[in-house]
Amino acid sequence: MKIPKELKYAKTHEWIRVEKEMGTVGITDYAQEQLTDVVFVELPQIGKVVSKGEAVAVVESVKSVSDIYAPVSGEVLEVNKELENKPGLINEEPYGKGWIFKIKIKNPKELDFLLSAEEYEKSIKAEEK
Amino acid sequence: MKLIFEKSRPGRVGISLPDCDVPEKKIEELVPKDSLRSKLNLPEVSEVEVVRHYTKLSTQNYGIDTGFYPLGSCTMKYNPKVNEEIAKLPGFRSSHPLQDEELSQGALELIYHLGKVLCEITGMDGFTLQPAAGAQGELAGLMMVKAYFEHKKEKRTKVIVPDSSHGTNPASATLCGYESITIRSNEKGTVDLKELKKVLDEEVACIILTNPNTLGLFEEEILEITAIAHQKGALVYCDGANMNAFLGIARPGDMGFDIIHLNLHKTFSTPHGGGGPGSGPVGVKKSLVPFLPKPTIEKEKDRYRLDYDRPLSIGKIKTFYGNFGVMVKAYAYLRTLGPEGLREVAENAVLNANYLMKKLKSYYYLPFDRVCMHEFVLSGKRQLEEGVHTNDIAKRLLDYGFHAPTIYFPLIVSEAIMIEPTETESKETLDEFASAMIRIAKETEENPEIVKTAPHPTAEGGRTHPSTKGGRRRLDAVTAARRPNLRWKKLDKYRT
Amino acid sequence: MKFIPNTDRDRKEMLKFLGVKSIKKLFKNIPEELLLKKNLKIPKGLSEIELVKEMRLLSGKNADLEHYSCFLGAGAYHHFIPAIIPHLVGRSEFYTSYTPYQPEASQGLLQTIYEFQTLICELTGMDVANASMYDGASALAEAMIMAFHITGREEIIISKTIHPEYREVVKTYAQAKDLKIIEVGYENGITFLEELNKKVSDKTAAVLIQNPNFFGSLENLKEIERIAHKNKSLFIVAIVEPTSLGLLKPPGELGADIVVGEGQSFGNPISFGGPYLGFMATKDKYMRKLPGRLVGATTDSKGRRGYILTLQAREQHIRRERATSNICTNQALCALAATIYLVSLGKEGLRKVAELSTQKAHYAFGKIKEIEKFEEVFSSPFYNEFVVKCKNAKRINQVLVKEKIIGPLELERYYPELKNHLLFCTTEMNSRGEIDKLVSVLRSKDVEPVKPVDPSDPLNPSTA
Repeated sequence: MKIPKELKYAKTHEWIRVEKEMGTVGITDYAQEQLTDVVFVELPQIGKVVSKGEAVAVVESVKSVSDIYAPVSGEVLEVNKELENKPGLINEEPYGKGWIFKIKIKNPKELDFLLSAEEYEKSIKAEEK
Repeated sequence: MKLIFEKSRPGRVGISLPDCDVPEKKIEELVPKDSLRSKLNLPEVSEVEVVRHYTKLSTQNYGIDTGFYPLGSCTMKYNPKVNEEIAKLPGFRSSHPLQDEELSQGALELIYHLGKVLCEITGMDGFTLQPAAGAQGELAGLMMVKAYFEHKKEKRTKVIVPDSSHGTNPASATLCGYESITIRSNEKGTVDLKELKKVLDEEVACIILTNPNTLGLFEEEILEITAIAHQKGALVYCDGANMNAFLGIARPGDMGFDIIHLNLHKTFSTPHGGGGPGSGPVGVKKSLVPFLPKPTIEKEKDRYRLDYDRPLSIGKIKTFYGNFGVMVKAYAYLRTLGPEGLREVAENAVLNANYLMKKLKSYYYLPFDRVCMHEFVLSGKRQLEEGVHTNDIAKRLLDYGFHAPTIYFPLIVSEAIMIEPTETESKETLDEFASAMIRIAKETEENPEIVKTAPHPTAEGGRTHPSTKGGRRRLDAVTAARRPNLRWKKLDKYRT
Repeated sequence: MKFIPNTDRDRKEMLKFLGVKSIKKLFKNIPEELLLKKNLKIPKGLSEIELVKEMRLLSGKNADLEHYSCFLGAGAYHHFIPAIIPHLVGRSEFYTSYTPYQPEASQGLLQTIYEFQTLICELTGMDVANASMYDGASALAEAMIMAFHITGREEIIISKTIHPEYREVVKTYAQAKDLKIIEVGYENGITFLEELNKKVSDKTAAVLIQNPNFFGSLENLKEIERIAHKNKSLFIVAIVEPTSLGLLKPPGELGADIVVGEGQSFGNPISFGGPYLGFMATKDKYMRKLPGRLVGATTDSKGRRGYILTLQAREQHIRRERATSNICTNQALCALAATIYLVSLGKEGLRKVAELSTQKAHYAFGKIKEIEKFEEVFSSPFYNEFVVKCKNAKRINQVLVKEKIIGPLELERYYPELKNHLLFCTTEMNSRGEIDKLVSVLRSKDVEPVKPVDPSDPLNPSTA
């Protein structure tokens, strides 16, 4: 199970890659494995303004459905249109081509509340118990 | 197998209709030309082709009549044949719902008496038979809850459901505009009173409980649960899907439930029809009777009549009076059983479940190891250690000629296998099923691959169920959902 | 008891295996005070011989359409059911099966549902149809909720020409969901377009129309589509008498967003109001908002075509409180009957049923309006039901019953303003002889209110 060091994580299994005021968001390797094969992704509207913790997208597998929450507040700038035809990218490359949306970070301080790779790993271990 | 559309040949017909015996006019003179359709692509097949097509398809289907069907929460008991014949009597099968009440006394009498018998069985004061299925009954029940509180001018916005509940419970609550609050079960698998007390306040309209719950366990603290709910002014709703467990033994009404829906297609032996038609009558205590859907059926002297004059009623939830044909079968069943018969049903259902549970518990993990009611839930987590999922076990059972139990439900048990044998199975059948399950448990250790790739419809020397013989291997659910193909088109290219 | 195979000896062995003395001990988790001490007070059980006798008596107390001719429709239609339908639907591999959760052991039923979905798409002119709903009325209510989910708007416009019981069901669902229902009146037997135009706004989630409508009249769907869509409201069409689709333009061709309907006419007995089946179809773009079960084609691990329940993440058992609907069990067996009906009739047969129903209705209408005491009410074109005004509706039906005719619907029951208005229906089942007999009874002096009906002499159908 991969948990790249350079990313920040939410307890609800989203990752965010920060470049200046822009964040790219997806779900973790652990999350995609739990979901099993993703069959559909409901992407947010571009321009949607969301606050931290708000449900932004929905990911469906054959047997389950999960909300994807915004790890930080901000405006949705871009969505991964490729997922519409290839939702399986989330399983194949959760940290790469399987990204879900890009967000303009409103308040960089919120990033401090997110987990590091080590902290996230601990949190899933705790969850598994 | 080919689709019926792929068997179509121009000019073939499967039916003969009489010529028009009244003076005909040109159809364009009767219906404006721009309202007429230009094409209608229905298949053209002869009668014998239709008969062969659907007869062949029927053989590719697993039914109770061809084998054991241990689906938990579904009560797949034998469907008595005499009931099917009775439903075909002309007075039942061919009477018009809007014909005069005087011409429908037999039908009204039947619905009336069925309602009364269900009242006695459940300990309720009034019943509606209008809902078409359990989920619609549940919706009607919650609508009554809503109407009841609106009438009392109390604003209540929440409904409490345990985490082991059926998915329909929170879905119905949403349809009624309620917020669902989920409470966790305790380590015994039943409602955690402490948790319940924490969330139970004056905003709660109703607690929905399945009793026995979906783990097959009786809610031992039920009297206390209903009492504390009533103290807060809330109502308690019984999802009666599991009524088979205590027919004639105990009554939800005596437990303090205010509302219950039943599934005639589970507890009362009417066939499930491959997914309906069912019937989901709802019973209520006196205080809720005014809110029942309309019309109700009332008896005056020797006549039965439909009562539409019910100002507090939630209204209609279905046209006419419900799935009458299903009611006829359930009524015939109840008339056959009588009070002793009903009790025997529950006793044997519970005995069969406990017997099977004990036979299997040393091979599969049993998360709640205590006396069960009519069903029990195993977990495939021991098998998962070998990489075998519950879904694989379900598929492998087909190779041994058995339909799978309910799987992955309730959600609180990982890799859940939910087994409900019902009273209509013999000890020998239970023994054979147990041997198959035990054999699969052993295969999981010795040859997991054969389980993971099941079913193997051509293998296994005739043990496989006829419905799967020469049939499909594991079907690709992922592609089906990623690229939905929900209707046939001429250009579809598949190997058949 | 004959449905329980285990004998006392079996039970003894099983109890011994469990190490339990009696079955009673298995109920030990039920508090003592809840255990019933006496038998339930319900009638004692019957043998099969006694049962059949009793049920025959009960059935005999109803009038049935095998012994009466029928000119009553209004949402439940007396059509011909070819013998192969009960025969094939009666295959117990079909009717004793559960919802096809294990596709590899349910290919038979799954394929028939896939065929059903295809047939409904073809008939309605839509892209995607579900596996069936409870009935036409609840399908219409679900379509309303779907429109609310799609548009986020809370006002629903419904024409008063929709079947009154459908409107009641829609109202019940709307109340639960706190949606606002706005009714639009009628003129000349069809939806009053001026009023509709005024009431539709950017708050309107959907416009609900029945075609042919409750009076049998054909609505101006083209114009209604324009009105509905000008504010981006959804256009929802309900088909209550689906044989009409053998003749009429499919609503999909006229811009409908959702088409729902009642499928009873397709091979399902009239059965005192149920079980029937609802159908529901929509455009591809709303596929994931559709409630109910869907069957899709896929392949097995050897690449062969097979069928499976799909897009289940919309449904209650996965999405729970956020599901598109709470529907679970539907009307699979009734949908199977409809499927076999439609493929047996084929394109020629269905058109013929529709034409026969229309021709006979127009013949009957022509004859009845010639009778002095009867008046034509609406001049709009109609399918197989029509309205006429008479002098004394009640009396007419009483006299018809004596002649073994189930007469027309008295519209006053649902429309107080339509006193003495009768809604007649014909299908291919009404021979010319039956229609001529109806007309002669209507023409006779018997139907005139010469004296008040003697209340002490109720017509008794069971002895008639």
